[in-house]
Amino acid sequence: MVNRYAPWRYILLLLIIVIGAVYAAPNLYGEDPALQISHRVNLIDEAELGNISSLLENESVDYRSVELDGNNILVRFDSEEKQLRAADQVREALFANDRRYSIALNLAPATPDWLTGLNALPMYLGLDLRGGVHFLMEVDMESAIEKSLERFSGEMRTFMREEKIRYKAVLASSDKISIRFASAEARDSARLLLEDEFRDFEFADSNDDRSWFVNISFNPVSLAEERRAAIEQNISTLKNRVNELGVAEPVIQRQGEERVVVQLPGVQDTVRAKEILGATATLEFRLVHGSFADWSAAASSGKAPIGSRLYKRSDGSPVLLKRNVIVTGDQIVGAASGLDQQSGTPDVTITMNSSGADRMARITRDNIGKPMAVVFIEDKFEFREVDGERNRIRTTESQVINVATIQDQLSKRFHITGLDSTREARDLALLLRAGALRAPMVIVEERTVGPSLGQENIDRGFLSVIVGFIAVLVFMAFYYKVFGLVANLALALNLVLMVAILSIFQATLTLPGIAGIVLTVGMAVDANVLIFERIREELRLGNTPQASIYSGYSKAFGTIADANITTFIAAIVLFGFGTGPIQGFAVTLMIGIASSMFTAIFGTRALINLIYGGKQVRRLAI
Amino acid sequence: MTRTLLNNIDFMAWRKPAMLFSSALILVSIFSLFTLKLNVGIDFTGGSIIEVGYQQAVELEPIRQALESEGFGDAIVQHFGSASEVLIRLVPDADKDKAELSTQIIGLLQNISDSPIDVRRVDFVGPQVGKELTEDGGLAVLYALIAILIYVAFRFEYRFSLGAVAALIHDVMITLGFFSVLQLDFDLSVLAAILAVIGYSLNDTIVVFDRVRENFRKIRKKTSLEVVNMSINQTISRTLMTSFTTLLVLLSLFFLGGEAIHAFALALIIGVLVGTYSSIYVATTSALVLGISRSDLLLPEKEGDDELARP
Repeated sequence: MVNRYAPWRYILLLLIIVIGAVYAAPNLYGEDPALQISHRVNLIDEAELGNISSLLENESVDYRSVELDGNNILVRFDSEEKQLRAADQVREALFANDRRYSIALNLAPATPDWLTGLNALPMYLGLDLRGGVHFLMEVDMESAIEKSLERFSGEMRTFMREEKIRYKAVLASSDKISIRFASAEARDSARLLLEDEFRDFEFADSNDDRSWFVNISFNPVSLAEERRAAIEQNISTLKNRVNELGVAEPVIQRQGEERVVVQLPGVQDTVRAKEILGATATLEFRLVHGSFADWSAAASSGKAPIGSRLYKRSDGSPVLLKRNVIVTGDQIVGAASGLDQQSGTPDVTITMNSSGADRMARITRDNIGKPMAVVFIEDKFEFREVDGERNRIRTTESQVINVATIQDQLSKRFHITGLDSTREARDLALLLRAGALRAPMVIVEERTVGPSLGQENIDRGFLSVIVGFIAVLVFMAFYYKVFGLVANLALALNLVLMVAILSIFQATLTLPGIAGIVLTVGMAVDANVLIFERIREELRLGNTPQASIYSGYSKAFGTIADANITTFIAAIVLFGFGTGPIQGFAVTLMIGIASSMFTAIFGTRALINLIYGGKQVRRLAI
Repeated sequence: MTRTLLNNIDFMAWRKPAMLFSSALILVSIFSLFTLKLNVGIDFTGGSIIEVGYQQAVELEPIRQALESEGFGDAIVQHFGSASEVLIRLVPDADKDKAELSTQIIGLLQNISDSPIDVRRVDFVGPQVGKELTEDGGLAVLYALIAILIYVAFRFEYRFSLGAVAALIHDVMITLGFFSVLQLDFDLSVLAAILAVIGYSLNDTIVVFDRVRENFRKIRKKTSLEVVNMSINQTISRTLMTSFTTLLVLLSLFFLGGEAIHAFALALIIGVLVGTYSSIYVATTSALVLGISRSDLLLPEKEGDDELARP
């Protein structure tokens, strides 16, 4: 028993130490307050970098450096105070020419270039450590299906009119479209034609004493497709909205069939974030029907004349509008808030897409001198308990925010006024730009961590790691002497390797993750305790020091492997079935088990062999 | 290795009192879980928690009154950590389970405060999500136990496997019972801790079993009881050492880690203490009761097979 390791093992160990140290290093450098500038349409390139730097110079912004970072420009500052001041300056200067820039406050890692060049990045901190908002939003699929059935019911009406099919009424509900006919023959012949035209649907007949119905619902394939489309479109709308809010490194991901996770690191104004994300506000433009007398008559009787619908204005007074919509919010491609030059009240400048602009032009040209209304539409939710079942009830609030006489033919671009505040104008413009949600969404889970608590969590987590770590080091050195010191080196290397692996994989480090690291520190010692206790046992049996080292390591190995594999299985199960915070814990536990196996067995053996191997040893300091 | 070296404590002589002790603890736990139940947090029930920081110490009574006047009479208001930090807990309510609720309350708190308040944390969990988390959490524990059962049965023997799982159930029950008796907050992080306890306790149990297996294969003249006793004696110093170092770190987490991981650290401390005890008594005794003997562990492989697994 000489207990010597071949040179290649030492080279391997050194190599791993160096790689671990390099990839753990970025975590030592901290972060700079920064601004992240991007453009919604144009790619950011060297030329843009030049523009921005000269803009920073012209505005005499007090910045530290400016660089190109992927599709963003990153401007670093010495302090948060300077960062906030510069954000306003830069926003104003950039928006003067082009409102499509997006400017986000950010904390940029202050990693030196040579490390960034090696792709070495600091660990990615979870929201509980850096502060921010986590939302779990659920798509109201029932509304999504209902809306799309409403759309199809319109198409069916048109189709039946074109085909000269006589029908009584078309009614869309949350799961089907019912078309009423006067006779069974009329229904049957209509059904044949409809079935031929609308192939994504299932058809069924029903009737009562006087009427015959055909009930039309989505077939399973198209229903699944509708659901998928609803969530996909909502995700893309949410992405647009988050971009508008100016959040650096947002996470927007689908979770399951009808949920979306939205994570916004560093967002301070969570109230606004919540309003913007969940908002369903959109606009419609309609012509006004009748005169003031008709409106009051309709309001008192509660019945609107054919072809019209009763609305309320913001002061609560009634107004009748034509059923046919001129254009809807979907056809709006651009919107910017500002102040109306004549009245000084907030306004929104709207840009239509070409089909919307054509329609707007045609209808306003034919209706010069007549009034037109702008309707603001918003979906609201309420929970009600019905027979022990919780039901979500959707109510749509439509409000006429503005009625104005058409002075001239409108086309692509025009202004609307009648908004209460600049904030309302700003939010409406934002929502119109970002696009409407296909179906309303509700927040089913929210986790907000304020920036001060995030920092506190980091500080405390860090402190507890350090203190626990030192306590173990002291104890091990005291109890196992030279072997204890060797184990301590292994423990330190274990910590470095864990940080390096977390950094390389950019796994999210959360507070439970830190707890996982701390726990691993405690458990990593276990492997060494097992080995050292075995060596002591072998020595007591009267074996030579060299033989004791050899059999101590080899006998303990099976036990260590068994024990760690079972814990690893538990960690995998945790990861598979857990959610966010639990997964964070499981990831660090798995990494910890792997790296502690390496450091506690291979690492310590290499050192012990270096110290005691290949020579005459009388007694071991253990 | 014919004599016990380090200690010679007759652990197994105590196995009947230990069994009684464990049974009593488990009965108390089960009783408490049925009567007092777990004080489960909003993670599982749904509801809202809002944590705000004031610039100076703040009285709770005015906050309670203000909330009551706005229809939040059932809100629980308490200090959290220090006198300048306030935690507001809203019990789940059919009409009020909305994310907007927290916005409303923060506005209200700001209105009645002279200085700006700092929103430190907002947790809102919808009732549906809470239900799912409870189910997923329960399933995670169940699957972990099953996976472990299979692995240990495959690696050792089914009686060991049952012994290990008995020890795990013992540990989980007692930790849960502890949280139930003292009515401590049971949230997601405590669930994670319970799962970590499973991993830890198992680690301990496996080390003891490993030694039992090794001794069964080596020593032919002793009874099963003697072999188990000897194995426990041989591993006891390692078991205590590891528990001690783990506790060192956990205590550091408990005292320095802050409010957010307080419950997590406590659950693990309890779990490690109970887990250490159970790997000595519960796991081995269960295996003995099930009639484990030397012949069950003789494999057609050579002795010293472990030597191959040289590091």
